[in-house]
Amino acid sequence: MACINPDGTLTRPGRSILEAMRQPAPLNQVSTGSGVPLYRVRSVIRELLVAELAYADGELYQVTEKGIEKLDS
Amino acid sequence: MMCCENTTAPTPALPRLGSPAPSFEAVTTLGTLRLEDFKGSWLILFSHPADFTPVCTTEFIAFAEIHEDLRQRNVELLGLSIDSVYSHIAWVRNIEEKMGVKVNFPVIADLNKEVATAYGMVMPGESKTETSRCVFVIDPNGIIRAMVYYPLTTGRNMQEIIRLIDALQTSDKHSVATPANWKPGDKIIVPPPNTQDMAEDRVKEGLECNDWYFCRKEL
Repeated sequence: MACINPDGTLTRPGRSILEAMRQPAPLNQVSTGSGVPLYRVRSVIRELLVAELAYADGELYQVTEKGIEKLDS
Repeated sequence: MMCCENTTAPTPALPRLGSPAPSFEAVTTLGTLRLEDFKGSWLILFSHPADFTPVCTTEFIAFAEIHEDLRQRNVELLGLSIDSVYSHIAWVRNIEEKMGVKVNFPVIADLNKEVATAYGMVMPGESKTETSRCVFVIDPNGIIRAMVYYPLTTGRNMQEIIRLIDALQTSDKHSVATPANWKPGDKIIVPPPNTQDMAEDRVKEGLECNDWYFCRKEL
């Protein structure tokens, strides 16, 4: 997965995108906040949603408790 | 008894200008990407014959060098060849190590030729195992706006690709057309009038006209 390394830690883009979602944010804001191009944000968020590290509320995305644990570990 | 069974595989429909670009989900050097991930940006999807070959290496360096210019125009780059993602990774690392150029755009590893087939990138008359040098310009709504095909022997001209993007974006923004060899700052072509009234009005508008159907103006 582009967001999680084989050892379970977050990849660089995975971490920066998740950091940008500590507060609910639309995709554009996540892209600006993380410095990751929008197309890649979309791709990584798809994986973060599957891994339950982030969730979507309409057009806003936010890190989950599980995601916060990953970020802070 | 059947005498004339057709054993030829059906030829997939090729992309057409003005039609939606074929959708895809593909493994790339930056993870799994879908066409829809690029929605809202212009996209240059381009193919090259093979990793670790000299003409392709010059092209990758050249694409990397215009990458920032393209991003300033809201254009993303996406490469493709029928190679594995490991080959792509090794090649872009080699380009950075040996040539000092970092390739930051994703490259599709199209080992099953799924994307190449959908976009008609393989020209069997040239090679059945490699993609030719194709460029597809896809607009923010996912519509194919330009297609360029170069043969295996001939590297592409990056300034022409930038010029093409500038011309398409200018046409969209101002509802105009661009003449031969146009570049930003040059006069543009006013679309020809469709009625006699429009033709008469056109002449009175003070445009620079060689004739009623052929008028230019500054933007």
